Amino acid sequence: MSYIGIIITYVFIQNFILVQFMGLCPFIGVSKNSESAVGMGMAVTFVTAVASVVCYAVYTYLLVPFGLEYLETISFILVIAALVQMVEMVIRKMSPALYKALGIFLPLITTNCAVLGIAIINIDEGYNMLESFFAGLAAGLGFTLAIILMSNIREKLDTTPVRKVFRGVPIAFISAGLMALAFMGFDSSLLTNLHLV
Amino acid sequence: MSHMKELTKGIFRENPTFIIMLGMCPTLGVTTQVFNAFGMGASVLFVLLGSNIFISALRKVIPDSIRIPAYIVVIASFVTIVEMVLHAFVPAVFNALGVYLPLIVVNCIILGRAEAFANKNTVLDSALDAVGMGIGFTLALSLIAAIREIIGNGTITLFNLSETQRFVITIPGLSESPVRVLTLAAGALLVMGYLKAFFTWNSERRAARGGRV
Repeated sequence: MSYIGIIITYVFIQNFILVQFMGLCPFIGVSKNSESAVGMGMAVTFVTAVASVVCYAVYTYLLVPFGLEYLETISFILVIAALVQMVEMVIRKMSPALYKALGIFLPLITTNCAVLGIAIINIDEGYNMLESFFAGLAAGLGFTLAIILMSNIREKLDTTPVRKVFRGVPIAFISAGLMALAFMGFDSSLLTNLHLV
Repeated sequence: MSHMKELTKGIFRENPTFIIMLGMCPTLGVTTQVFNAFGMGASVLFVLLGSNIFISALRKVIPDSIRIPAYIVVIASFVTIVEMVLHAFVPAVFNALGVYLPLIVVNCIILGRAEAFANKNTVLDSALDAVGMGIGFTLALSLIAAIREIIGNGTITLFNLSETQRFVITIPGLSESPVRVLTLAAGALLVMGYLKAFFTWNSERRAARGGRV
């Protein structure tokens, strides 16, 4: 599959939040205003892209030669945890405002399914290093797209009368469901029609 | 008596899925069939039980500053065990759960219980807490899966190991013209939204009556 094909697949067709449900916790938690949604999206994109490459390298050059493929889950989660720690330190140094806005959700990227998910999917799909990088980047971009759209919807929802029991999380889930309905329009036949397979 | 409370609180009052809202990804990802929900629930129950017991037993040994990485390693080890066992003995379940199986590592329920409960309580209480939370999680998953499968496909799959070893209840009327969208991604999010609203309504109604919430 071409690189553009991979990007379209993970941004639209297999959108991590709306189709695969990976990374729902930060999606619901951080999408209350668009500023922190952008920050969260950028942090996740950076981590998924780097983690894809690093996990691919760990798997191919460390686990496979020693026949330790069964350690995949443990080694990937440790690599990701270390990476997130590093990103956290960089953001705290570079932009204290962003660090304040993301608050407790930055350490939570470690337990964000999207990061571990894309690392495992890369291995399952048999991507090479560059393809893994693009898949990770696209997964992060898809996450960012969905969380930014969602934060705009939720900012509008704040000024809309919603029944009391539906306020907050329930209406966010239902809005996400309607968005997922729209994303169903992106289908794998899109790739065939664009001659990207 | 207090031991019993640790066990039952996870099932209703502090249900991990509907009240605390943890571990959403597998909840929505695998609930297209009731049988998948059982498989996921059992896997999470096992990992939760193992990690809670282990972490509770080691709670005085693990230094505070590196507790999170230590917890993650313990959890990842148990997930690897589950992966290998399922792969070897029930490959049908292994394939149905797919990428969501290794993702149990990052399921917030397990790390959440380790951090909030197991590192402060005794081994027995932690084990009971894990069993309660695991059952609560399994019940929640089964409820969502049942709603999605009944309306979306008109069937209830209770058992599905292979083409010959399966037990599927077909609901007349619905199975001919099911509401397909509920088995798709959008349906999962919609069902979750309505269920969450229902549980909010339910707990508010109980609070208004002055009863125990």
